[in-house]
Amino acid sequence: MSSSDVAPRQRSIAAAPKADTGYPRWFWPSFATPAMLYLLVLFVLPFYVILSVAFGKLDPIFQTPVLVWNPLKWDPGILSFTISNITHTDGIYHAAFIRTFLYVAVSMLLCLLIGYPFAYFLARHAGRAKGLFLALFFAPFWFSYMLRMLAWIGLLQDQGSINRALENLGLIGAPYPFLAGKSWVLILGLVYGYVPYMVLPLYAGLDRIPNAHLEAARDLGASPARTFFRVTLPQTWQAILAGLIIAGLPMFGDYFTQQLLANTVGTKMIGNFIVDSLDVPIFISRGASLILVLMVILVVPIVYYLWNTTRAARARTA
Amino acid sequence: MSAQAAVGTIRRRRFRDLLTNPWGRPRFLWVIGIAYVVWTLVPVVTAALFSFNSTRSISIWSGFSLRWYLTDPNESVLHDPDLRHAVVQSLKLATGAVLISVPIGLGFALALDKWRGRGSGSSNFVMMFSFITPELILAVSLFLLFLNPFKVIGLGTSSQLLGLGLLAIPYAVIIVRSRLLSMGVDLEEAAMDLGASPLQALRRVTLPLLAPAIFASAAIIFAFSLDDFVMVKQLAKTGADQTVAMAIYGAARTAPSPAVNAIGTLMLVASTLVIALAYLVYRRSVRRQGAGFRADRDALPV
Repeated sequence: MSSSDVAPRQRSIAAAPKADTGYPRWFWPSFATPAMLYLLVLFVLPFYVILSVAFGKLDPIFQTPVLVWNPLKWDPGILSFTISNITHTDGIYHAAFIRTFLYVAVSMLLCLLIGYPFAYFLARHAGRAKGLFLALFFAPFWFSYMLRMLAWIGLLQDQGSINRALENLGLIGAPYPFLAGKSWVLILGLVYGYVPYMVLPLYAGLDRIPNAHLEAARDLGASPARTFFRVTLPQTWQAILAGLIIAGLPMFGDYFTQQLLANTVGTKMIGNFIVDSLDVPIFISRGASLILVLMVILVVPIVYYLWNTTRAARARTA
Repeated sequence: MSAQAAVGTIRRRRFRDLLTNPWGRPRFLWVIGIAYVVWTLVPVVTAALFSFNSTRSISIWSGFSLRWYLTDPNESVLHDPDLRHAVVQSLKLATGAVLISVPIGLGFALALDKWRGRGSGSSNFVMMFSFITPELILAVSLFLLFLNPFKVIGLGTSSQLLGLGLLAIPYAVIIVRSRLLSMGVDLEEAAMDLGASPLQALRRVTLPLLAPAIFASAAIIFAFSLDDFVMVKQLAKTGADQTVAMAIYGAARTAPSPAVNAIGTLMLVASTLVIALAYLVYRRSVRRQGAGFRADRDALPV
């Protein structure tokens, strides 16, 4: 079961002695050209377009954004407008920024609290049912997010099953307005939507801990709790961090959960302001500047995650 | 008093054992495991059930009918032109995304696996960067791109396809590449030692060995493109570009009807079948080749 029985079939990335032999130098790079062009034109260039719009001008007649390609002619007016509206307490984006960070932080924490025990169960205790549980766990990844949210709308409506159950139990007299802008419903919606992304790295991390480590800890007299806190948990810090990042990042770009489960001004997130601004031509450049601010904030966890997973994967296959 | 304290200690220890003992019978963890699965899946199952409701409600059950699939003359999936069109558009985009991203991703995976030159690491970094960037950011940046500098293409089906391709390429690269890593180069080198040219070795040895991974990545890309929302919605222009996910979203915000549950259920069944098929094919062929799942998974960058 350990990696040793597959190790001879694998080869290390660092020392691939014969991998290049027999091929002309240009042979393999040419296979990468389409993908590199694709990424250049549809990923790198669009980023530059965001900059050119955010630092661009407005057409004096149509009020549509005019791109400015030359960085020397960039006008920081719109960006500084956006930033001051984020930092000042009475700014139009201030509350939404704080709210977004709060919602995402609480949701990430809940994802971890729900995801860790489940991943632990999957990796260690599911036994013969592991295959079944893995299949059921993966199912939401290919279910439509919209259908999953629609399901909750059906359950949480005024005449939905949850309200009717609570009424039948005599706990409430009138239907509870779950879908009328409740922050906690929105947070639970985010948790429901993104918890599988948390479980994935946690499961991978827990599943990779060799049984021998746990056996050694127990043989040396550690209690189960001590084994968990001194052996299992320290080996999963990386996985926890990875889970927090890959579950948290999409939440920052989420606007549809808010629109489906809360849909009030008081629960709007950054994502809502971004998509709303794209509907009105004059505000498109504001939307671009919001994207820019968001990206600057998120680039740190993104780069950290990439650096970390590359290193870990290299260590595993070496 | 002391007996009570002792019972308390034992209870506490038992609870702790349930929580942490890797060899005990952790009923507590089984409860968590089952509760998690119930919580994630039961709402979706209820939504699917209500697609068979005989009245317009998506939360009060009135009896089984196929009204919202077939028989309703105006609003069933079969007869509502908008819903029918959304299904066609979703299938069209998902197929297109597979056709764009699988060849490009396969080439990139092969190149990254073999090519040790400068640029290999950084182009992989750029791809992984795009993979982890929130979809909204990618979608808005492409929206701005097609709105102005690429006005020739413009918003609509072609830009939707290109956007989905951007999301999908990393899936193909990651799946194919982890297969390449676990497969090793032995067979390919043997072929070349026996006189095969590089292209022959690629065509007759490497590609057949990669077939299950290529198939699996195509299935996964198809299933996720079928349900994509953020990218496709941002790059849509007219009602003709509406997909199933957009139809569900629109109806959920205004007037949910079981027809929307029906169309969602159809997509769910379609993607489940595609994924199940891919899984079976992959497992069979990888087992036959001997390396096993675990090696492939260890090479995944999770």
